[in-house]
Amino acid sequence: MIAWITAVAQAVLVAAVAPLLIGFMRAVRARLEGRAGGRLVQPWRDLRKLLRKEPIIPADAGMIFTAAPLVLMATSVLVAAAAPYLSTGGPLSGVADLIVVVGLLLLGTVALALAGLDTGTAFGGMGASREMTIAALVEPTLLLAVFALSTRVGSTDLGAIVAAGAADPAAVFTPASALAAAALAIATLAEAGRLPVDNPATHLELTMVHEAMVLEYAGRDLALVEWASAMRLTILLGLLANLFIPWGVASSPHPAALAVGAAVFVVKLAVLGGLLAAGEVFVAKLRLFRVPELLAGSFVLGLLAVVASAVLA
Amino acid sequence: MNEVAAALAVAFALAGVGAAAGWAVPARGRSTVAGAATAGVGAAGAAAGLAAVSGTGWQGHLPDLLPLAGVTLSVDALAGWFLLLVGGVAVVVGVYTVGYAGRGGHGPASRTALAVLPVFVAAMLLVPAAGSVSTFLLGWELMAVTSLLLVLAEHRHSPAARTAGLWYAAMTQAGFVAVLVGLAWLAAAAGGESFAAIRAAGPELSPVVSGGVFLLCLAGFASKAGAVPLHPWLPRAHAEAPSHVSALMSAAMVKLGVYGIVRVGFDLLGGGQRWWWLLLGAFGVVSALYGILQAAVATDLKRLLAFSTSENVGLILLGLAAAGLWTDAGEHAAAGVALAAALLHAANHAGFKTLLFCGAGSVLRATGTRDLDELGGLSRRMPATTLLFTVGALGAAALPPGNGFVSEWLLLQALLHRAPEAGMVVTVAAPVAVAVVALTAGVGVATYVKALGTGFLARPRSSAAEQAVESPRGMLAGMGLAALACAGLAVAPAVAAPALDRIAGGLRTGIAPLGGSGVDVRLSGIASTISPLWIGVGVVGLAVGFAGAARAVGRARRRAAAWDCGDGPLTARMEYTATSFAEPLQRVFDNVLAPEQDVDVTHPSESAYLVRSVQYRRRLPDRIEARLYQPMVTAVDRVGRAARGLATGSVHRYLAYMLAALIAVLVAGVIR
Repeated sequence: MIAWITAVAQAVLVAAVAPLLIGFMRAVRARLEGRAGGRLVQPWRDLRKLLRKEPIIPADAGMIFTAAPLVLMATSVLVAAAAPYLSTGGPLSGVADLIVVVGLLLLGTVALALAGLDTGTAFGGMGASREMTIAALVEPTLLLAVFALSTRVGSTDLGAIVAAGAADPAAVFTPASALAAAALAIATLAEAGRLPVDNPATHLELTMVHEAMVLEYAGRDLALVEWASAMRLTILLGLLANLFIPWGVASSPHPAALAVGAAVFVVKLAVLGGLLAAGEVFVAKLRLFRVPELLAGSFVLGLLAVVASAVLA
Repeated sequence: MNEVAAALAVAFALAGVGAAAGWAVPARGRSTVAGAATAGVGAAGAAAGLAAVSGTGWQGHLPDLLPLAGVTLSVDALAGWFLLLVGGVAVVVGVYTVGYAGRGGHGPASRTALAVLPVFVAAMLLVPAAGSVSTFLLGWELMAVTSLLLVLAEHRHSPAARTAGLWYAAMTQAGFVAVLVGLAWLAAAAGGESFAAIRAAGPELSPVVSGGVFLLCLAGFASKAGAVPLHPWLPRAHAEAPSHVSALMSAAMVKLGVYGIVRVGFDLLGGGQRWWWLLLGAFGVVSALYGILQAAVATDLKRLLAFSTSENVGLILLGLAAAGLWTDAGEHAAAGVALAAALLHAANHAGFKTLLFCGAGSVLRATGTRDLDELGGLSRRMPATTLLFTVGALGAAALPPGNGFVSEWLLLQALLHRAPEAGMVVTVAAPVAVAVVALTAGVGVATYVKALGTGFLARPRSSAAEQAVESPRGMLAGMGLAALACAGLAVAPAVAAPALDRIAGGLRTGIAPLGGSGVDVRLSGIASTISPLWIGVGVVGLAVGFAGAARAVGRARRRAAAWDCGDGPLTARMEYTATSFAEPLQRVFDNVLAPEQDVDVTHPSESAYLVRSVQYRRRLPDRIEARLYQPMVTAVDRVGRAARGLATGSVHRYLAYMLAALIAVLVAGVIR
């Protein structure tokens, strides 16, 4: 029972923190660029505004267009509830598997891509085509990083990997681990649609990827898409944090341990988000056809991580 | 009487009756009779399979049925798995055929095309049920001939079907010769042609014999399975055959190539050497990658599905290769998981590919075209077909909570297993295989987003797609059955666990790979678990919950024109087509796919700086076919022409040839 409450608490925490993370990253970026920037809670206000507005859908859109935000949100919440963010002993160990998490996030991407095609506009198709190309090329990197991480414990269970890391710090600071972290970081940028793969702030047709797919959404549908996208970023950064800095995650379902876990989780997110935002100030978006080169680089890092984990183990 | 024997007897009897009835009944009721017979044969076959995978084996010898060797049947758990698979596919296709080929239907309603259908299914049941080399070869050849007749069903209307038939006939017969030589050699070396005798002698054979037999059989079986580079028949035959035949071939027949590899490699030869499995793994890797890349850029819906079959067969072969390698390395737990992954993926692929090919048939019937660039907008006009196709695409894209995901997860678990003692080759091969599976999965997702998104969603791009109407109930019922099977396999794959454990136990691995699976799938020897039920319930339940909540909070939706940049109404010509969708992927994999593109720009006479019209042509030839097979075809053609000089029409000359041949035979006999 307490495990289920933890899972729900995790999902609520991720859902609540996600817009704040976006607000924090915007604030960091604005400060570094010499702007005043918005408040931390501005994304939450945007969501509230959107939820109240009338949802308008394109004349030709079908069922998939209206279902996609729900699927995206459902996958995000499911992953947020199952993955070890606060505690490693989640009730959904059959969902808290690295490969399952990768698959669920991909399902969300696919739902949005289909929605983009369903609008019947050139923008929607363009976004869908680009997003699926990038998603296809990210997969090998993701799974090679999974390989490198799972060999350490002989399982792809996220809880087991995090718990093993917390128990044995020496196993975390290995060359294989560092390489896997680098590979996974690049893959995270691509999955979450951040610079240099995609620019979440752009609405220029030459450069849009994610924004082109969701261009036709309005009202509560857009609110769900925005919220779920923020949650995906939180989920990915949280995974990156807990896989490579596994301390602070509760191993027992004690309320105090969970509270500490929540605080540590928020701090980790803030640090990673701040770093990501600071990094984004200094890079420009890559041309779409240069993205495969970046992903090939991350793939090589992943392969090196696997080889290192096999040879140096 | 044994259940398996009774069910098989019913199946073969029904096939005979169905064929005769299909021949005799007038055109009006023919499709109903043939469809019902096919479904009946399938149901009986599935019943036999179900009994066999539940532990009821059966062996029988019918000496009087055929001269010389008689017919030997032997059904164990492994055979039962494939009987169940073939039978299940046949039930779906039988139901579908009634609507598809019937009055007002689209499929061929000719006597041959319908009467052969139940016989084809019976032949496919005979292959796994065979218990001796001669019976196996009989079933194999019967299956090849009947499927060839079915591929050629529409030969009158389509020259492409004739070419496809020619390719299929040539390749399937070449494959048959390879299997024939291989199995005959094996039977001779083992001193008996029944599988039991071979099984007893198998492990003691010299490595040269067993290696040679394996290579020959692998060539034949891999070509039947559509593994690259032995695949060129497959995209042609699957695309040109009537859709219900494509479904049978792609979902069921191709799997019998996999069955052959398992039966000969693991069972009869008893494991073998490491290089066999590395070779098989290479086949798997090449098939998976090449198949999915070709599928990603295909614009013909059935060609896309056909290449996706090559891809899935590649994944299955990769699983078998992993099973062989882990057995060789003494890692029996991982070997069992890999074998279970391969067999489960075979069943999953049968489920979703039946559904997808039937869906393609419905589209073809409604619009008359398979070209994704010409389709679109079907989700409004054919909502049920779109929904069913989505279920199949979800499985084929290996996304959770689809059924393909569970078997790919198992395959990855088997490949992620680490065994430092297994040696350097395996240590390097395993991550490469993981990366290949991952890339295949990624591109596969893009492929099915393309098939569904540009084929069914958005707006119709041709008048044919605009006038599409929903399929009749019979076709939807058939597809609904397949969708139910997919959903069952997706949510509760653990129901297959006892069967898979029994098969793995029977193949000398001595391991129950999925032992202890309940709601969750648990593996023996690997500490990962997956709960497909929770994934499915979680995604669907949460999505429904959010839908309710969003409706309660927000206002009603309103339809309005999409953003057109303020420049007049958008037309369907401005949509992304299948070609444009796949363009970035085609550009990324330019070196592998080598597309041929032409851009012709014509200028008006006044100025070379103005453009009057632009013409763009793109062709994506199958590179392996062009490089590997075209030279071979040309060479054979040349030899054939040259051989004309031998036959001048002179009787004396022919008599001399005969004499020379006789002397050669006598000399060979004396020397021996």
